[in-house]
Amino acid sequence: MTDNMISLESITNSIHTWLNQTFNPTLAIAFEFVIAGISVITFFAVLGLILVLMERKVSAYMQIRLGPNRVGPGGTLQTVADTLKLAVKEGLTPNGADKFLFNLAPFVVMIVAMLILAPIPFARGFQIWDINIGVLYVTAVSSVSVIGILMAGWASNNKYSLLGAMRSGAQIVSYELSAGLSIISIVVLTGSLRISDIVASQENGWWLFKGHIPAIIAFVIFIIAVTAETNRAPFDLAEAESELTAGFHTEYSGMKFALFFLAEYVNIFIVCSIGAILFLGGWMPLHIGNWRGFNHIMDYIPSSAWFLAKVFFLIFVIMWFRWTFPRLRIDQLLNLEWKYLLPISMFNVLLITLIAIMGWYF
Amino acid sequence: MFEETGTTAEGDLVINVGPQHPSTHGVLHLVITLRGETIINVEPHLGYIHRSIEKMCESLSYRQFIYVTSRMDYLSSHINNHACALCVEKGLQVEIPERAKVIRVLMDELTRMASHQLWWGAMAMDVGALTPFFHAFREREVINEIMEETCGARLTMNYMVPGGVMYDLHPNFQQKVKDFIILFKSKIDEYDEMVTGNVIFQNRMKGVGYISKADAVSYGCTGPTARASNVSCDIRKLFPYEIYDKVNFDEVTATGGDCFARYLVRVQEMRMSLSIIEQLIDNIPEGDFQAKTKAVLKLPKGEFYASVETARGEFGVYIISEGGMTPYRIKFRSPGFSNLSALNHMAKGHKIGDLVAIMGSLDLVIPDIDR
Repeated sequence: MTDNMISLESITNSIHTWLNQTFNPTLAIAFEFVIAGISVITFFAVLGLILVLMERKVSAYMQIRLGPNRVGPGGTLQTVADTLKLAVKEGLTPNGADKFLFNLAPFVVMIVAMLILAPIPFARGFQIWDINIGVLYVTAVSSVSVIGILMAGWASNNKYSLLGAMRSGAQIVSYELSAGLSIISIVVLTGSLRISDIVASQENGWWLFKGHIPAIIAFVIFIIAVTAETNRAPFDLAEAESELTAGFHTEYSGMKFALFFLAEYVNIFIVCSIGAILFLGGWMPLHIGNWRGFNHIMDYIPSSAWFLAKVFFLIFVIMWFRWTFPRLRIDQLLNLEWKYLLPISMFNVLLITLIAIMGWYF
Repeated sequence: MFEETGTTAEGDLVINVGPQHPSTHGVLHLVITLRGETIINVEPHLGYIHRSIEKMCESLSYRQFIYVTSRMDYLSSHINNHACALCVEKGLQVEIPERAKVIRVLMDELTRMASHQLWWGAMAMDVGALTPFFHAFREREVINEIMEETCGARLTMNYMVPGGVMYDLHPNFQQKVKDFIILFKSKIDEYDEMVTGNVIFQNRMKGVGYISKADAVSYGCTGPTARASNVSCDIRKLFPYEIYDKVNFDEVTATGGDCFARYLVRVQEMRMSLSIIEQLIDNIPEGDFQAKTKAVLKLPKGEFYASVETARGEFGVYIISEGGMTPYRIKFRSPGFSNLSALNHMAKGHKIGDLVAIMGSLDLVIPDIDR
């Protein structure tokens, strides 16, 4: 077992025990709520800063540029300076816009992103809420964010925004099907919707390797579908700067724009962590079957390091797409989903069910 | 608006692209009627940077008016200057030295390559890939440096004068161009790998913005835009000027007539220009770089026309002279204007994302259109 792993479980356990010893159970759980809430908000902000910086550095690397390198050591404080700038900028609301919906939209998108952080295990035993329908919860809640985008586009009183929002609606709703079916294929193999169970089931190898070719197909489809769902290039039609200038957030400025931006980056983190959890074992180290010695050495690397390494690798892949590929057209985008990805993933689910029933996986 | 187009139905969306829009490549204003995402009508509105250049030229001397044309198609300013110089020389009946002819052709081809490089990056950016833009600028910078050394300018060159070129070549010129030839040969293969071979890129370009051979001719399209529809219209081949009849090169044509054909023609033209430069760079004849002309030029009474092949198509200069120090009337035939006129024809029925690709494939430079 992985008992000898360095983990953050002891920290969460000791906080939990201490709170329960000091206060009555109701008060203790209230404190835990507050701690979780504050951690999520802090994490949200820090993650945004890191990912924006990463995006700028990755793009600079691909475009033979230096990227930000003046503010702080190696430009690391650049995004902090950016945030300051965004915070002091004037938040404009266009004339004739539906003011209430216009101002509500960024919060809807942001709150959705925050909610999905709940069932994600950042390390062994380091999870806000280990709900027994974790995977279902993530897919269900994540589909709410499209409402925020539609709201933003419709309320902006701008035709570019409206087009962007409509594209986004068509795109997110369609690609959720493929992403969902890819997730289901791993659920079928594991036999549980609980995220901790899914991670535990990969103790003797990650599903990407254990599940043969269907698992690889599911992984590829998952990566394509979530890239589309997070509105990233080559599927960034909702924003499409060369056609719609910025799409659904054309009219947003200052902090309201920043919230969309942050939510987008946190969403990338979330989908990449789901990908890492389902296919690459989440925080589980690289274990190979019964190789006890090898597995033991791998256990010395902290589980949080494993998790973050996998997630950031997937994030890098998605950023790589963005800085290499041209953008699809809306009909090509929908064709790809409805004519190719969806049939393939449906067939793939059948295949993986067969594998699960016959026990052909390792 | 609704009455004007006649085809608009209730629920159609009329959106304005430009004058300030990233993909109009300048201050072009397009009024687009959309049904869903499908284009019903595109109406280009011009006049945002109109500087009445032709009228201005009427008050400038024959040496001065050439400078103004650099500011029109600023990406092929050398070639614009060349047309003006040719036209004035025609009027004066001056034969220019052999060395000047070779220098002019070398500079023209370098300019054509620089222009196509910028277009290549911008084309990829129009369909959503930002990175090629930076890669294209890396190579364009080398050409710009060569230009800067010889002409003193990087964008609005004023190197061609009636009678030849203004100064002799910089001593480093030959070596630097040779280095560039070696560099660019590997880079253009990289361009192909990065963009031409990309499936998404091909899907975005193939079958989009089709224009038939007959339509291309009737809209007056020239340059790569027309040659992609298999129209033979290369001025360098049809009416060779300077030494173009002595160098070995092919007129690049394609039969597709769509955005991808226009793309391929331009990429192939870059290779062709490279080969022309390669043939000439070791054989620049010695001698004068400028013919003897009078300080004040006076063209005889009459009408003169000269045209050259710029990176975008045929650029023509038409001068009516009454024998004075300034032209009586000047008219420019700019390639972009005619190419843009076919935009509505090409874009109808496509999606709004395609419009951006079509505009990119026409390689618009707005000051060239809106003089």
